[in-house]
Amino acid sequence: MTQDSPRESRTMTIAEALREAIREEMRRDESVFCIGEDIGIPGGFGGAFTVTLGLSDEFGHERILDTPISEAGIAGVAVGAALAGMRPVADVQYGDFLFCAMDQLVNEAAKMRYMSGGRLSVPIVMRAPVGATTRAAQHSQSPESFFIHVPGLKVACPSTAYDAKGLLKTAIRDDNPVLFFEHKLLYGSKGMRSEKGALSPVGEVPVDDYTIPFGQAAIRREGSDVTIVAKLLMVYKALAAADALAAEGISCEVIDPRTLVPFDTETVVASVCKTERLVIVDECPRTGGWAGEVAAEIQEKAFGHLDAPIKRVTAPDTPVPFAPPMERYYVPDETDIARAVREVLAWR
Amino acid sequence: MQPAAATMLRMYTQMQRIRQFEERVNQLFLEGRMPGTLHLYVGQEACAVGVCEALRPDDWVAGTHRPHGHAIAKGVSLDAMMAELFGRTTGCAGGYGGSMHTGDPAIGALTAIAIVGGNIPVATGMALSFKMRRTGQVICCFMGDGAVNEGAFHEGVNMAAIWDLPVVFVCENNQYGASTPVGQVVKLERLADRAGGYGIPGVAADGMDVLAVHAAVAPAVERARRGEGPTFVECQTYRFVGHSRSDTRSYRTREEEEAWKRRDPIPRLAEQLQAAGHATQADLDGIAAGVAAELDHAVEFAESSPSPTPEDCLRHVFTEEVAL
Repeated sequence: MTQDSPRESRTMTIAEALREAIREEMRRDESVFCIGEDIGIPGGFGGAFTVTLGLSDEFGHERILDTPISEAGIAGVAVGAALAGMRPVADVQYGDFLFCAMDQLVNEAAKMRYMSGGRLSVPIVMRAPVGATTRAAQHSQSPESFFIHVPGLKVACPSTAYDAKGLLKTAIRDDNPVLFFEHKLLYGSKGMRSEKGALSPVGEVPVDDYTIPFGQAAIRREGSDVTIVAKLLMVYKALAAADALAAEGISCEVIDPRTLVPFDTETVVASVCKTERLVIVDECPRTGGWAGEVAAEIQEKAFGHLDAPIKRVTAPDTPVPFAPPMERYYVPDETDIARAVREVLAWR
Repeated sequence: MQPAAATMLRMYTQMQRIRQFEERVNQLFLEGRMPGTLHLYVGQEACAVGVCEALRPDDWVAGTHRPHGHAIAKGVSLDAMMAELFGRTTGCAGGYGGSMHTGDPAIGALTAIAIVGGNIPVATGMALSFKMRRTGQVICCFMGDGAVNEGAFHEGVNMAAIWDLPVVFVCENNQYGASTPVGQVVKLERLADRAGGYGIPGVAADGMDVLAVHAAVAPAVERARRGEGPTFVECQTYRFVGHSRSDTRSYRTREEEEAWKRRDPIPRLAEQLQAAGHATQADLDGIAAGVAAELDHAVEFAESSPSPTPEDCLRHVFTEEVAL
């Protein structure tokens, strides 16, 4: 399935596309339900970023299930419901709160199938908003890297409305636990939950049912001089950098992996074989992060094709700061990315 | 009122199965024939058996890191249990789980969760599914005394309470969390009183008396099945052996152990069976001998079963096979 197959569509924000995916899957399959904090309270928020807004009108409060503030409970109850035949779509208000639920995600969700020798399956989706948005250290993290380190979990990171709908449908239908990371500056939410500095990338979303297979990267921009791999908000920063660099005659290929587990190594290797240079951009802190993992994987698979060391552009190894000048420094931007691209091109 | 003779005899047989299984695997460990570690259930048999007797075949149990009794009581075969402890492909988890992850989802024994308290939100979630799908099923979630101090206990029990879910929380208070006496880590005299904090009934039962456990749990199961919500049942019990393989039990006295052993649930039920005229000593000896023969078979079955290949460790990470 490609983005330009001709069919009926409309423009949507990511929040709207996610809501549509949940609505369609709940209509299609009675075992799908939502569980989380403030997701269906009448007069409430529809989740921290409005994704579930209005769904309880159609599906009722049994299938849009509001919980106490109990992240470990939400994750564990989702695991149990999944073990017993349901397909819960759980969410936490901020990705930072996943750490409250780590035992359930890491020791139960990820391992029940393995420990049972394949007798159990845990089809849960755990949605989590990530990214720095002037909320400081406990409401701004990008914790994706923690979860790629856990065998048994899949990890999805949509950056467009089209992908948000297609990937979420795939996640809901997957028989394995999926961590589904959404960037707070990409929701495009309007009204009371609009985010200062948000990009609001509205995009064409087909009205019909479609899914996007996990493990297939999207090439967001073709180029010949340098490959840039970036996810979530960083895709847009990389595209902005590529625009700026094009004016200097530098041609960047920008790849959005869309899922981190499984990861489409093949597409990145093929690109690196062409460009011979790789820059990886990630909002996660540097050490032990996803960017380092991609670098290691690509140098193992394509060392002979590389003409320069692989460069990482990441957040520094600090908590996320509050004051806007500090936060702007913390989050990689197009200037940082352009600098890294020039460095790998200058390397001899 | 006592249960029917057949019920009492079934409970006796199940307690014998658990006791003799534990004694046999302990011996196999000491002989170096079995890998892994062991958390034995010896002394606590009345808890699992009294609970499972109150359940329907399609009901579930969620066990702990000390799960052999829970699994056997729910009906997992001794062959599949033994093979699992030996790490063989014929084990109840194909050798992927071992002692701490025994169970068989096909008969309502959840693959045991060995993180203290970790099974509580999970059992709550299974109960949520039963309620949403209106299946009429109930799950009994076992935990030790240590689990009542875990955050997962609070979050799971609270959610089960507010949604009136069909789950019964069975706390086997065996007096020690590893070596730590329960009185040192809980301010309450009775763990059952924890229930009050969640607005659900809390019941204490003599966990050394299978009939008492059954009498306490059966109404809780039926209450759950009627949609009236969870109950917390504390079973006062004792493990006659150490916490795990290497435990020399220096933190408790031999006198205390002897006092609890005088309350051994197996001879106790034997006396009740004989007093009621349901069985003679010869009948009971016959049951024990039959169980011993089952265990001979289980050991032979396990030791003659194939081991997984080393590369089998790459399977079952996801539902689809992927190259790893």
